[in-house]
Parts: sequence; C-alpha cells; structure tokens
Amino acid sequence: MLRYSLKRLASLIVSLAVASLVIFSVVEVAPGDPARFMLGINAQPDTVAALRAELGLDVPKWQRYLDWVGGMATGDFGTSYTYRTPVAQMVADRLWVSLPLALYALMLSTLIAFPAGIFAAARRGRPADAAVMGVTQLGIAIPNFWFAMMLVLIFAIKLRLFGAGGFAGWDKGAWAAMKSLTLPAVALALPQAAILARVMRSALLDVLGEDYMRTARAKGLSRRQALWRHGVRNALIPVLTIIGLQFSFLLAGSIIIEQVFYLPGLGRLVFQAISSRDLIVVESVVMLLVFAVIVVNFLVDLAYAAVDPRLRSRT
Amino acid sequence: MSRNLILGAALSSLILAAALISFVWTPYDFAAMNIPEKLQTPNARHWFGTDHFGRDMFSMIMVGARTSIAVALVAVGIGMGLGVPLGLAAAARKGSWLDEVIMRGNDLVFAFPSLVIAILITAVYGAGAINAIIAIGIFNIPVFARITRGAALSLWEREFIMAARVAGKSDARISVEHILPNVVNLLIVQGTIQFSLGILAEAGLSYVGLGAQPPTPSWGRMLADAQTMVSFAPHLALIPGLAIIVTVLGLNLMGDGLRDWLDPRIRAARA
Amino acid sequence: MTESLLSISDLSLEIGALPVLKGVSLSVAPGEIVAVTGESGSGKSMTALSVMGLLPERAVTRGAIRLGDRDLLALDEDAMCAIRGRDIGMVFQEPMTALNPVRTIADQVMETILIHRAMARDAARDRAREVLDRVGLPADRFPPSRYPHELSGGQRQRVVIAMAIALRPKLLIADEPTTALDVTTQAQILDLLKGLVADYGMGMLMITHDLAVVADMADRIVVMRRGQVVEAGSTRALLANMRHPYTRMLFEASVHAVDLPDPPPPAPLLQVKGVSRDYRLPRRRLFRDPGHFRAVRNVSFVLNRGERLGLVGESGCGKSTLTRAILGLEPVQEGEILLDGEPVWTGHRPNLAVRRKMQVVFQDPYGSFNPRHRVERLITEPFHLLDDPPKGAARRAAVAEALRAVGLSPEDAGKYIHEFSGGQRQRIAIARALIIRPELILFDEAVSALDVSVRAQILDLLADLCREYDLTYIFISHDLSVVRSVTDRVLVMKAGEIVEEGATEDVFSAPRHPYTRALIAAAPRLPDVGVGER
Repeated sequence: MLRYSLKRLASLIVSLAVASLVIFSVVEVAPGDPARFMLGINAQPDTVAALRAELGLDVPKWQRYLDWVGGMATGDFGTSYTYRTPVAQMVADRLWVSLPLALYALMLSTLIAFPAGIFAAARRGRPADAAVMGVTQLGIAIPNFWFAMMLVLIFAIKLRLFGAGGFAGWDKGAWAAMKSLTLPAVALALPQAAILARVMRSALLDVLGEDYMRTARAKGLSRRQALWRHGVRNALIPVLTIIGLQFSFLLAGSIIIEQVFYLPGLGRLVFQAISSRDLIVVESVVMLLVFAVIVVNFLVDLAYAAVDPRLRSRT
Repeated sequence: MSRNLILGAALSSLILAAALISFVWTPYDFAAMNIPEKLQTPNARHWFGTDHFGRDMFSMIMVGARTSIAVALVAVGIGMGLGVPLGLAAAARKGSWLDEVIMRGNDLVFAFPSLVIAILITAVYGAGAINAIIAIGIFNIPVFARITRGAALSLWEREFIMAARVAGKSDARISVEHILPNVVNLLIVQGTIQFSLGILAEAGLSYVGLGAQPPTPSWGRMLADAQTMVSFAPHLALIPGLAIIVTVLGLNLMGDGLRDWLDPRIRAARA
Repeated sequence: MTESLLSISDLSLEIGALPVLKGVSLSVAPGEIVAVTGESGSGKSMTALSVMGLLPERAVTRGAIRLGDRDLLALDEDAMCAIRGRDIGMVFQEPMTALNPVRTIADQVMETILIHRAMARDAARDRAREVLDRVGLPADRFPPSRYPHELSGGQRQRVVIAMAIALRPKLLIADEPTTALDVTTQAQILDLLKGLVADYGMGMLMITHDLAVVADMADRIVVMRRGQVVEAGSTRALLANMRHPYTRMLFEASVHAVDLPDPPPPAPLLQVKGVSRDYRLPRRRLFRDPGHFRAVRNVSFVLNRGERLGLVGESGCGKSTLTRAILGLEPVQEGEILLDGEPVWTGHRPNLAVRRKMQVVFQDPYGSFNPRHRVERLITEPFHLLDDPPKGAARRAAVAEALRAVGLSPEDAGKYIHEFSGGQRQRIAIARALIIRPELILFDEAVSALDVSVRAQILDLLADLCREYDLTYIFISHDLSVVRSVTDRVLVMKAGEIVEEGATEDVFSAPRHPYTRALIAAAPRLPDVGVGER
C-alpha cells in the first residue's frame, strides 16, 4: 500500500512538472515578448522596457521558469500587472468561492447519482429503470449554464426564493454563503449527476453478470443482498474514475456558471485577466486548476487501492 | 432498429437539415436589424420571435446550427485522426516506452479540461472559432486514444491476431487490417458522444466569449446576449437552449441506438 | 435403496420459446454421487440450475423437483433463499471468477453462515476456519485474511467448496467442478469432494462432460442429450451394458484411437538446441533491475520429418512459450531453433523464409478467425508469406483443395465464420494451416474445446491428412489420452524443462520420471468397458 502510494506520488510530481512546463511554454515562450503583448501594439518602447524589467523578463527563459515554479511552490504567484497586487492574494480570495462551489456540486451530484444508479440497476428493464434512464438522458443534454439561467428565472425572479446572483461572502456566516452557492451548485450538479447515475447503473449491471454474483446467490443471498454486499463495492471501481474526471469538469464548469450568477470566483478573475491581458494571472489560475485536477486524480488512485485489494498488493 | 436510434437520427437530421438549408435559404437575413420589431415573442411572421435588435431568431438558430456542427465535427475529426492511430500504436507496442509515453501524455491532457485549454489559447492568441475547435479537439485526442487502445488490447489477445502474425504480417498491417475494422463500431458510437459533448463545449465557450466571434452567430452567444433580458423576454434564452438540448439529445440517443444496433451483429458473428 | 433426497420428476424447461429440458427425471439418495453427463447443449447445467432456482428470468418450468418432502418449483423466492446455501450447496466451474475479488476468503465463507443466521459471529468465524481447514486450507498456511487473487485456481476452488459446505447441506451440486483445473489439481479436488460426501453423508449431483471423471466418481450415471435423459443406471451396470446407441457413441468417442500411418525413416526437420526464454518481470523499484522469469529452460530436441510429436504439461509449464519460440514469433535468450537447417529468428526479426514452412492451429474455434472476413480470405491469409502467391483461378483452386481436404465444400469459401459450428471451424483452421503446404504444423490445444464426438472426427481427419500429405506435426495438449492416440513420440514438460522424452507408448506404459508418473496417475481413466479399442 505504501509503495503503491509512493509510486502514485512520484507520478503526481512528474505530471505537475510537465504541466507547468506546458503552461509556461504556451504563455511565455510561444508568442514572443509577453511585455509587448500585454501592453498592446501601440505601446511606447520605454514602457515596454519598464514592464520587461518589472516582470523579470531580462533573465534567461529557463531561469524564469524555475523562478515561476519555485515561487508557486512557496506561495508566491508574482504580482498582477493590472491590479498591482500579489496574484496569490487575488487567487486565494476567489478560490474560496470556486472550490466550495465545485465540492458542493460534487457532493450533490454523488448524493443524487448513487441512489438513482443503484435503484435503476436493481430494477433493470422495468418501468422505473426506463424512467431513470430517460431523465438522465435528458439531463446529459442540458447545458449547465442554460439550466442555471432557467433556475434563476424560476427560483430567483419568479418565486424569489433565492437571490438572482452575487455572493454573500463567508463573513456573513456559512449559511448565507451556502445559500448563495446553492442554485449554482444545483445547476452544476444535475447534469453531472445524470452522467454519474448512468455510469453507476452500467457498472452495476456489468458486475451483476459476474460469476461471483451467482456464487453469492447460491449461498442464499437474495438479489438485493447480493447487489448491496457484493455488487456495489465492485462497481465503485469504474465509478471512482468518473468522479475523478467529473471534478475537473465541475471546476471548469464553475468558471462558466460564475458568469451566470455574477459570483466573484476564479472564472471572473480569469476573464477579467484575459481582457486586460494580465498573463501572470491567467498563468497562475490555469496552473492552479490543473494542480487541483492532478491532485484529485491522485486521491482517486488512492481510493482505488482502498476499494480493490488487488492494487494494494501488486506493487 | 430501436426507437432510440430512429428518434435520435430524426432529431439529429432535423438540426443538420436546418444547418444545410441555411446556406441557401433563411426566412430573414440573420444579421439584419429591425428595431421596430424587436423582442417579439414567437408569432406567424417570426416563428421563434425576434431579439433586442429585431433580428429573426429562427434564422439565427439555423445559421447557429452551422457553427455548432462545424466546430464539433472538426473537433471530433482532430480527436479521431490523432487519437485512433496513437491508440493503435500504443496497443501494438503494449508495455513499451511508446505505450508509456502515449498513455502518460493522455493523462496529462486529461488534466486540462477543454475550457482550460481554451482559456490558455485565448489568453495568448485571442478568441475565435478556430481556437475553440483546437481546444475541444485536443481534449478529444486522449478520449479516442484510450478507447482505441483498450479495445485493441483485448483484440491482440485473440487467436486470429496470432494467426495473422504467424502469416508474417507486420504489427502495423495487423492494426489496419484486423484491429481497426473490429473497433470501428466502438469508434462510431464514441464519435457521436464526443460530437454531442463538442456541441455543449462550443456553446459554453461561446457563452463566455471564448468561441465564435460576432458576426458569426452561435447558440452560446445568443444565450449570453439573452442573459440580461431573461426576466422580460424568456424566449431569447429558452429557444437557443432548446436547440442545444434537441441536438445533444438527438446525438446521444443515436449513439445509444447505434451501440445496440451494431452490437448484436458482432455478437452473432462471434457466436 | 434408501429414500431419495432429491427427486426430479418430469422436469421441462423453456427459455423464451426455446425448449431446453424435456421430461427429465432423476434422483439422488443421501451419501450418493449421481453424475449427469452429456455434450454441450444437452441441458445438464440447466438441470443443476433448476434445482438451485437460479434459472434465467424468462425460464418457465414444469414438473417437480422434490428436496425431502418439499417441491422446490412451488416455493417462492424467499423460501428458495432460505434453502440455497443451507440445504443445497453449489460449486461452479470457474474458480478464478467465482469469488468476490474485494473480500477476504474467510469473510466469504462466513457469509454463508451469517446470511442464514445459523450462528453468532464468533461461532461462524470458528466454523469458517474449521471448514477451510477441512478443504485443505489450514489457517497457519493460508491466513483467513487472504484475498482470492492471492490463491491459485485449485485453492480458490477449495474456498468455493468451503462456502458450499459451511452449513453441512444435505445436497451438494457440483457443475463441472474440475474442468478449469490441471489434471493433478483435478485429482485432489475430486478426492476432496468424495471425502466430503462420505464424511457428511451428503448427496451429490455432479455435472461433467468428462466420462473418465464420471466413471471414477459416480455411483450412478445419467446421460443426457438435447434436453432429455437417454440412459440412466448404476455406474457398474451402465458401463457393462450400454443400451442406448448415443451412450455407446459417447464412450467410444472418449477413448477413440486413431490409426496413424507409420512415420518415414528419421531425417531431422526441426532442431531445438539449448533454448531458454526469459520474460522481464514488472519493475518493482525504479532504479533496480526488475529481474527475469525463465519460462523455458535449456530445452533441446529434434523432430524428424514425418514424425508426430506430443508436448504435454500443465498450465504454466512453458509449452505455450516454447510454441511461440518455435514459430519464431518471439526471440529466445539462449540457444537456437532451426527448421531445415535455417534459424527461425534472425537478427531482430522473424525469418519469414522459414516461417512459410510452418503453420499453427489454435484451441479456440471461436476466437481464431476475424469475424468480418469470409472463409476464402481467412484461409488464404498465410499466402502473405509467399513471394508469389497464387492468383485468380490458381488461388480459387487452392482454396477449394484445402476445403475439400478438411471435409468441407468449396462453396463454403464465400461464407462468414459465424455460419459454422465449432467442429467445422476447427476444420477451417486446419485448412488455413494446410493451404501453403507447410512442412510442420503446430496444434496448440487444437481439440481441447470440442465435444468428444466432434473431437473424435477431427482426430480422424488428422490421421487422414497424415496419409495424404505426409504431415509432420507437434501436438501440444494437457490431455494425455488425446496425445497418446495421435503422436509417435512425446515430450513431458514441467516448470520450463523437458523432464521426460520417448516413444509415446513407452512413456505412457512405463513412465520413468516421477512427474510423468504423477501426471498419468492423476488422469482419470475410463475402465475397460468393452467398447473402446484400448
């Protein structure tokens, strides 16, 4: 188990190194002089030179890369050109909106999908199964930001149960903050729950065809007992993969959803940065998102080993 | 053929027909503003109503279908064109450094969801339909590489592949002659799924302004424009949303139907 | 005879519109082993599943299955759950997949006890240890916290048996319990089952296609064919006097001996000289050489032109690896393999000039062909090896000739593979091997997946082809009786080495190496029943 974890950890570090190199190359190396790019075509030469010095562009590229990565590792993300404030501070503020939103949505999605998937699998081929499958088919087809607009229309504008947008802030108390994240989380979670429920169902149906399910029935377990005691844990293995993938979709999706609800999250930050050509901020936010995805997939790998003893002993 | 397949094919061809017809005919010029007729709800003259500039929504939806289909189709093409050969090569050289590099590269691309790739590209090269295609296309590559490799690996264990090796055929030739035809069904099904995901991704990117730029109409941007008016003109948001849902639902139903329709034949051929 | 424990009377079963069982009647008394045998499609496994009430959902049954004084067919699902595992235990064919991979073995044995609330948890744990010990998995050598993947196939089958007998059921059903196991393991499992029946006084209903196992184990035999019982009786009486022609045909086919022509005078064709084959083990630490596993160790032998050589051994002994090395599909680490004096592997690639003199026939009649190609394309695939393959009329003639040689018709060339039965597919596989007139053919478990009657026909075809084409072949198999009937000389392989070599009859009648002796002793044999040639 320890050896397996260490191996996954090594692969996590390699992934992070390669990802940072890719991001750095795309943003800073490929398009020529970032200072000129950030200031636009009409910038004065001396302004460009000043920015170059400020950004530390007068040192070799490899050294800049190392400085950037070293800075990120110690929490120093550089200074935003537009806002003249440390990027780390800006990102940290926004992260407290985006991360809770993604986790809230992941929790909702799992809480809806597991029972729905198990329910449908246990009633395979019957009307209840067909109903769940029909609803999930529709759920997959709905764009989450459109669904968000409809939620705003119904629950905020017509019924006035929630605010139409904005974020209460954590200093107003957890309840108020969670309430302002609820509609966005629902909008994010339902389409993902539809996918997850389908994966759960088909993983369970695959497991139901396994020989050991017949063995369990031969021991005297009822269909339902066999499903719960032997089916669910084995079906978790493919389901975990999807949960890992979904986290990255939810994080990316939260960037879009923030636009619908005017939430001050990473999404707002990155779009403002793009329009003001604040590349340092873009670079940091993208790296942070990728970091989150890679770490979550590392955790999923550890979860695999907890579920499946074959992985624990293999290496 | 199942009900799913027929319904899915019908919905998909409806949208495809709208896109194709828009090249030769639309009820109105999709870009023509007509302020006096602005914000009309659906009626006999404007079947889907008009927007805040008085433009005909029906015409915009028709032309928008073009954008969605083009972006998603090319993105799937990129994904298949690069992903399938990579997957075949990885399977043919299972366990080698080539396999390792391809699969680790795949894992890495999975860490960049298409939206993140789009943000990166946009920040550097600016927004536009081409960059949206690249962003979605890159993300499709590992999807196809992975599914091809997985299916090919189990085929490589089969005895008919061993027979082809005994007949002196090279791994590349076996991959093309024996492996590819036996994974093609899987690729068709996955292709329709990725196509529908591409439609959703394009809509999302256009919605946040990273996709097709004006004057090219797109469903995602129609939704972005509608956002501030949703309280007094909900049809501006409802109609493009329903267009997306119909397209994606149609493609997904078709994918499911195709899987069921293609599968029994393979099973019959094996049994 | 004592009162029967299980009695099936006039059982009929339909799945959808398809009749599977037609008026099956049989009974099992306490302490008695009843074997149900027959070829695939006979309905023997469905009979077992009917007793368990584990039939597919669309199945419709008629008749009666009495266990003691209760009719199982009349019971509802809850009542059947109470009977399964407590009154009837069941053992399945595939030990590798019959256990839940994510739960420990003791946990799975305990579950049988706990699900029936037969004992408290502590008592159940003790009972699980006790039965695991009884089936040959003592806790000091096989800790109960083991997971299934840490055990071999035979050990897993012991766990499955422990699960089935944990509550001392009155009836044990065993569905092909040893078919997936090696011959020495099979003998141990059969002994274990016999011992359990004797100790616990259980009745046992055993389903198997292997007549030698039947003759060895059963007190009574039930022969089935196409959903019907064709003959039943006590083992001794039935073996002495088979009344139904199908029964006679089955037993004859099982001991079928073919009539091979005499081999020509020795002249070497294939020379295997000191061959070793290593595989890299998976890397365990990043900067340490992961080491190698030697699958074939220093193997040498000579195969003469026109000779029929057998290669026997249990799974994992290296016979498949050696086969691939001879075909020149993989390089060897030591030694060399020459065909007609030419190496099969030169430099870094197979020597295709030599490969065209060899062909192979595989085990699986279902997996050996690309389902998307027609027979003509399938069997002409080896033409790829020729510099100047026949075209047009010459090609059609070659296809027709190959199909005719294996007893099919030239019109079959235009069909797809799914239109043929398992036996016909093996004929097509042989046609594919014959079409370039190779000097050597390797038969890799080529009849192992076939029913006995079909197997006998394919073996006869082999003998015919030997007469017509002067075949030289290597016949690789785990089945000793088949190897005995179709080879002149035999190699016995164990753990990568050849432990014994000699003329087939000599090796089988007077084995010298202890392993060969153990193999032959473990293989169940049909007693002389007056129908076979031997």
